[in-house]
Amino acid sequence: MRPERRLLFFVAAAAGFAAFLVWGLTGLPAFGHYRGPYGYLIDRLTVHYTHATGLVSAVNFFFRGFDTVGEEFILFVAATGLATVMRGLREEENEVSGGEAVSAGVSVPRTSDGVRTLALLLTGPTLLIGWWLTTHAQTDPSGGFQGGAVMATAVVLIYLAGEYLKLRRADPIVVTDSVEAVGAAGFAIVGLFGLVAGGTYLAEVLPLGKHIGAVNAGGTIPLISLCVGVEVMAAFLLVVSEFLGQTLVLKGALDS
Amino acid sequence: MSLFPYLVAAWIALVGLYGLVTSRHLVHQILCLVVLQSSTYVLLLAVGFKTGGIAPYFSDVSGRPVTVDPVVQALVLTDIVVEVAVTSLLLGLAVRAHRRFGSVDPEELRQLRG
Repeated sequence: MRPERRLLFFVAAAAGFAAFLVWGLTGLPAFGHYRGPYGYLIDRLTVHYTHATGLVSAVNFFFRGFDTVGEEFILFVAATGLATVMRGLREEENEVSGGEAVSAGVSVPRTSDGVRTLALLLTGPTLLIGWWLTTHAQTDPSGGFQGGAVMATAVVLIYLAGEYLKLRRADPIVVTDSVEAVGAAGFAIVGLFGLVAGGTYLAEVLPLGKHIGAVNAGGTIPLISLCVGVEVMAAFLLVVSEFLGQTLVLKGALDS
Repeated sequence: MSLFPYLVAAWIALVGLYGLVTSRHLVHQILCLVVLQSSTYVLLLAVGFKTGGIAPYFSDVSGRPVTVDPVVQALVLTDIVVEVAVTSLLLGLAVRAHRRFGSVDPEELRQLRG
């Protein structure tokens, strides 16, 4: 279909879609007039059941913890899928150009000293913020998903400050693969402990902590958050490494 | 005015859809999908808002405070995670498509048919 005709078709379809969408939206409760039991129930039940004061994490890691296991594995599967797609490509490249020659013949422009200094300065604070986010799911607006992403950023800053090519020789992909698997399995295993000790998957088996809203409150919530943080960090690093590796392969292919 | 946040969500969805349909670059197209999906964040958060509700984090539990719905906020978190997963996978496929067809213009990917 030609672009102009397609646009015309889209405008007609979108107008109809928009009309139905707005019609449907007018049927929702007015903004600010929340209806439905769950929000109020979580307000009342969270502190009693978990001693945690961060309700969003309590929902994610306690009330619908089983869903979050699935959510975590979506990320795991996507990272694995990306690795499969990209590594197949890299192997093809290596066959064409004879392996080592690809990365050896690349002239990567030097990172400027300003960028390196800034990246080094930011690495420590970024890692600290990521760690804080990962370990404070039970009390603060944080959790493993956010913390993992920030911790991965710290490692990317290290890549930026140094030579990714040199770091790659240590083959971080093998390490990140393993760490990702440990993080993903950790969450599932915490659930299995609940099954053995408490009778249901992800049952609360750890002491809730004496003080409501303390760092050690929340039972399994901090532990699950930590597992998720490790998994997310490794998954992000895996994705970043795959794309960075791809850039080098492409550059090598262009040069040869 | 009570409809306004919902209309914002609908607008973001339609803008993303427009970009998706008219895009001439695979990476741009993937970003349009991200825009389309971010409309769901606005919609979910708007549905869960209570007038006068505080953020769903307690510093003092004695006063029985009313918070905005934490369930939809947790769902937005899930939404974002899924979006990241899908985006990374799609970008990987875009790299593959570029290697295979030598182009990132969706119009040029004729060989995908049949």
